[in-house]
Amino acid sequence: MPGKLKVKIVAGRHLPVMDRASDLTDAFVEVKFGNTTFKTDVYPKSLNPQWNSEWFKFEVDDEDLQDEPLQITVLDHDTYSANDAIGKVYIDIDPLLYSEAATVISGWFPIYDTIHGIRGEINVVVKVDLFNDLNRFRQSSCGVKFFCTTSIPKCYRAVIIHGFVEELVVNEDPEYQWIDRIRTPRASNEARQRLISLMSGELQRKIGLKVLEMRGNAVVGYLQCFDLEGESGLVVRAIGTACTLDKLSSPAAFLPACNSPSKEMKESPLVHPPSHGCRSTHNSPIHTATGSRLTQNFSVSVPTLIYTGMGSGSAGKEGGPFKALLRQQTQSALEQREFPFFTLTAFPPGFLVHVGGVVSARSVKLLDRIHNPDEPETRDAWWAEIRQEIKSHAKALGCHAVVGYSESTSICEEVCILSASGTAAVLNPRFLQDGTVEGCLEQRLEENLPAGCGFCHIPYDELNMPFPAHLTYCYNCRKQKVPDVLFTTIDLPTDATVIGKGCLIQARLCRLKKKAQAEANATAISNLLPFMEYEVHTQLMNKLKLKGMNALFGLRIQITVGENMLMGLASATGVYLAALPTPGGIQIAGKTPNDGSYEQHISHMQKKINDTIAKNKELYEINPPEISEEIIGSPIPEPRQRSRLLRSQSESSDEVTELDLSHGKKDAFVLEIDDTDAMEDVHSLLTDVPPPSGFYSCNTEIMPGINNWTSEIQMFTSVRVIRLSSLNLTNHALNKNFNDLCENLLKSLYFKLRSMIPCCLCHVNFTVSLPEDELIQVTVTAVAITFDKNQALQTTKAHVEKSLQRASTDNEELLQFPLELCSDSLPSHPFPPAKEHLESASSNSGIPAAQRDRCSSWIELIKLKAQTIRRGSIKTTVTVEKTSPMGEGNFRNRSAAPCANSTVGVVKMTPLSFIPGAKITKYLGIINMFFIRETTSLREEGGVSGFLHAFIAEVFAMVRAHVAALGGNAVVSYIMKQCVFMENPNKNQAQCLINVSGDAVVFARESELEVVSTQQPAANCQPACTGGEVTT
Amino acid sequence: MTSELDIFVGNTTLIDEDVYRLWLDGYSVGDAVALRVRSGILEQTGATAAVLQSDTMDHYRTFHMLERLLHAPPKLLHQLIYQIPPSRQALLIERYYAFDEAFVREVLGKKLSKGTKKDLDDISTKTGITLKSCRRQFDNFKRVFKVVEEMRGSLVDNVQQHFLLSDRLARDYAAIVFFANNRFETGKKKLQYLSFGDFAFCAELMIQNWTLGAVDSQVDDMDMDLDKEFLQDLKELKVLVADKDLLDLHKSLVCTALRGKLGVFSEMEANFKNLSRGLVNVATKLTHNKDVRDLFVDLVEKFVEPCRSDHWPLSDVRLFLNQYSASVHSLDGFRHQALWDRYMGTLRGCLLRLYHD
Repeated sequence: MPGKLKVKIVAGRHLPVMDRASDLTDAFVEVKFGNTTFKTDVYPKSLNPQWNSEWFKFEVDDEDLQDEPLQITVLDHDTYSANDAIGKVYIDIDPLLYSEAATVISGWFPIYDTIHGIRGEINVVVKVDLFNDLNRFRQSSCGVKFFCTTSIPKCYRAVIIHGFVEELVVNEDPEYQWIDRIRTPRASNEARQRLISLMSGELQRKIGLKVLEMRGNAVVGYLQCFDLEGESGLVVRAIGTACTLDKLSSPAAFLPACNSPSKEMKESPLVHPPSHGCRSTHNSPIHTATGSRLTQNFSVSVPTLIYTGMGSGSAGKEGGPFKALLRQQTQSALEQREFPFFTLTAFPPGFLVHVGGVVSARSVKLLDRIHNPDEPETRDAWWAEIRQEIKSHAKALGCHAVVGYSESTSICEEVCILSASGTAAVLNPRFLQDGTVEGCLEQRLEENLPAGCGFCHIPYDELNMPFPAHLTYCYNCRKQKVPDVLFTTIDLPTDATVIGKGCLIQARLCRLKKKAQAEANATAISNLLPFMEYEVHTQLMNKLKLKGMNALFGLRIQITVGENMLMGLASATGVYLAALPTPGGIQIAGKTPNDGSYEQHISHMQKKINDTIAKNKELYEINPPEISEEIIGSPIPEPRQRSRLLRSQSESSDEVTELDLSHGKKDAFVLEIDDTDAMEDVHSLLTDVPPPSGFYSCNTEIMPGINNWTSEIQMFTSVRVIRLSSLNLTNHALNKNFNDLCENLLKSLYFKLRSMIPCCLCHVNFTVSLPEDELIQVTVTAVAITFDKNQALQTTKAHVEKSLQRASTDNEELLQFPLELCSDSLPSHPFPPAKEHLESASSNSGIPAAQRDRCSSWIELIKLKAQTIRRGSIKTTVTVEKTSPMGEGNFRNRSAAPCANSTVGVVKMTPLSFIPGAKITKYLGIINMFFIRETTSLREEGGVSGFLHAFIAEVFAMVRAHVAALGGNAVVSYIMKQCVFMENPNKNQAQCLINVSGDAVVFARESELEVVSTQQPAANCQPACTGGEVTT
Repeated sequence: MTSELDIFVGNTTLIDEDVYRLWLDGYSVGDAVALRVRSGILEQTGATAAVLQSDTMDHYRTFHMLERLLHAPPKLLHQLIYQIPPSRQALLIERYYAFDEAFVREVLGKKLSKGTKKDLDDISTKTGITLKSCRRQFDNFKRVFKVVEEMRGSLVDNVQQHFLLSDRLARDYAAIVFFANNRFETGKKKLQYLSFGDFAFCAELMIQNWTLGAVDSQVDDMDMDLDKEFLQDLKELKVLVADKDLLDLHKSLVCTALRGKLGVFSEMEANFKNLSRGLVNVATKLTHNKDVRDLFVDLVEKFVEPCRSDHWPLSDVRLFLNQYSASVHSLDGFRHQALWDRYMGTLRGCLLRLYHD
């Protein structure tokens, strides 16, 4: 009996009227945990009952404490008939089970009913007394901390990162045929909510056990998902990264670690001029579906793509042996593990050594009933298979680990697509072992990997590449090889050198599919998948080039299966990595060079594309320095001159290949226009409109190039469902519809949030589902964060100063710059890559354009700048060609006004792991909530939009209430993992199921922190107060 | 491709002030979109009409959901569903309870009943305010009336406490409730020149001086109903015009004091008895509900119009009324000085406010 749970029911308010006659309610409360139930007295005739109950005490095993939720049911007493339930509150008491988190849960919780939604609130106090457990064979894992955040949480330090943990549990679904069986829906939906709550508790406990086995004390990047498999059951599965975390207690150590990214960014040198060449490849499907196993356990392994950009292995003489050593070490550290996977997307400095590229695997399965829920072997085996595949892909890339790893499913009837993806990487063994690494290695490591480009260097052997790729020497260090394009699923490393700003890049694709049953269906799907992957990849590549960028971060490809179509949606954040080569343009080539008008058309298109690229470069401030190819010390002399005349297809493709092979740089991406489809593709490339001025968007944690966030944030969820006209749907029409849907949705977001300009949409997360034949549902969750243009100036100044320092100390750099300035940029180059790279990097520095032009040498320029800075005259010069929103010069002074949330009770929510302008001082535990809402009066509730709008608002409210009750004031790493909406308008019914999670935290504004720090302990001792006041 | 569902939910509820205004003004989504297009918003933001439509729908839905809470503003503050910064909450409430001058003039003093509600169609046509907006304003009046009707304490404070309105707006509502309760006639043609502000000003004076609350702050309904005892006592003022000596004395006192100071002295002298009779008779009739309702009609007929027809400047009216009230204190035979002051003090304020073109 290792724990005592104590619950007190204090009061209720805003209860609904349950007795029409008196317009009042006779409410009482049932408190249930496990199999024990307590009841309060009936508080007669009140909508604001004051029960003020005794402490209800439950004596329970800690295993139960972890599995079971606390169930609180508010009822209306009825003398003659059965008592009517008003609603319920489920409280996950897990946060009370580890010592550092919350000590008490206390506050107003919305009372929730699956039919009526929120019906008033109830004030509850919950405490847990834990006894020390001496049983070594225990089944519980109390004390293991869980974090949704996919990086090391801000007030902790990673001692060891152990690696991958996974688990899944299955059960029968109490109600899966929602619409048809809506007769007694409430009971079954409540059963479902309860069951899922129980299952996720169990799952978390089991994962915790695994972590303890690995001698870890926390799970970071915890991702839990539900698979609603319908007839075959309900699967709850989770993955995460086991770590041993140390709490940072001393303020000195605490400060740097808790710096908001803005600070960290300031330190990262942005003024890194070099540019780099890369190129991407994708290897075509290797293992094809054999279709041999068409049994109950039907399974098709779908050929998988590896997206990468690559670097060299044996380049530097001293690099080779070192690398081998490193590899050996890492290998030994990782080989003990079955799956060297990490769900993290951001890492402690030095952790990530090289990045190979994106690896992904998909598999199509036919669902069958899970016969024995206690032995979910089939599902386990499925995932094991996929993970094995991922592992081998990573190996092929010369990597021993996969980072930014995630898994997902898409289910339609009995067909299920399992997907896994991640980024192949070479890691520093330092974090993986118990401090066994000798110091000298670490030192060497740091010496050899200049900050900001090391991760770009290829991890595999140049001579033995897994696929054709174009390598160049790193544009930053000139020692190692890098690919021409780099795709990853992780966040941009904080020390990466980026030029300009990033942007959200999406590839969207639909494919029609014949309706079919079982095996035939699965085969059809698996046949389509490789083509979809290929097209998605091509689209991404084209769009990336069109933006003038050379790397993708946070890549997430979602393939959704429906009755009669497949949808693919890939989102990523494009950036220009200084270490990679400048991307070549996009070249259009026609099939019929003799047709004059056609040729004219082609050249017109080409011009449009070129214009777009040029415009994008301005927009995103991508002005990489022109580096002369004859740089001393560059081992590959690359003649820069390259004619960019329009060529007919035959010669162009040859020539490009040739060029690519010989230089591996400046390759134009050739688009062949051989049929109308291709033409449409090119057109659709050009239809993506950039966000309006003052807006940026990305799907990663932080936006490259913006580092001066102000405190205003707005998290939102937007859902759209469109109905396709069923007449003669073609792939093309479908694509257009889908594209329009996404574009319009983005446009709407920009419009709605226009009052926040200048702002950036971060962590934009699109989810596509196909609820019915002709319906497409897109759900977007993101956060808009304002930033300050004026502050940018100052940080830029800091950068310039920093770069000056660098220039004076770093011989190599000093050597490079003058050369680069002396060599005139080539007039024939179609996109004059801004001569004034310095000006671009420090975009608003105060040197008039004219003066700049007169500067004959780099040194003079630097001197001039230094003077300008010293004089403190930070003037903005807007050169004519700079029309980017940042250069407009009309700085609206958005002084970082202390945000209006000075009143108690505001709970911020954000999908990011940090709060701009604030420090997270405490993690209170994981929030993982699951709700079902149903209605039988859809029209009366404002139709589908009204229904879902109200439901999502209620979900937000319940999340906020739970966080406040824990004593927190924000949720970070918030994610809406599921939003399954179904309607039956003919019956006036609808149903929706939502699953959200995140980390409850306490944050303090940086400005307040000095004051708060002294009071902090006191404040934390009384989370009850904060909770109680949440609504005031 | 048709949009089946289209929603946007922010952790902080987004409120667009312009759309809120359109919604309050009772425009349909279609009309609101058209009006927004006309405002040039598309050009400013580069948005499309479809985006605007979606945005407007979304805001309308939000407002519709918030409306239930706006009916009891304290609920808006305590609810958990919509996270709205306090300043925005205040704005939502204030704007929701704001009303149109044209509308309030139509219903001021009318019984806030179903019958009146049926006339809203006509009012809408007459004022050009949408029926929807008329309904909201009417329902607001009625809701406030119902809540504060039988409450103790100051009317303004009660309104403010239960509806969280600004001081100004709370005062206006107090006036509306007061007028509705006493059913003062305000719609007559000769009263058309008066603004809501004029009436609200009078209401405030009357609440302060003529209601039960003016003498006892611990009774129910204290600010709603006029002090019956006081009205009864007003009969005693009759003597001022019934007693010929007293009337003559009063006149001579006023004339002596004002001679040379008044531009319209001769007109005043000629009219004194009529005016005095008018003012005193109004007082003595206030025991009848019917006459209470006609208070403003009587004041305008008996005092404002005669003076206006003789072109009294406002300054002369002020001098006259001051002297007229003050001189009574010198009438030895008159014993109801306090009563006179309670009556005339308020009436003087009202008359000065009512005296304009």
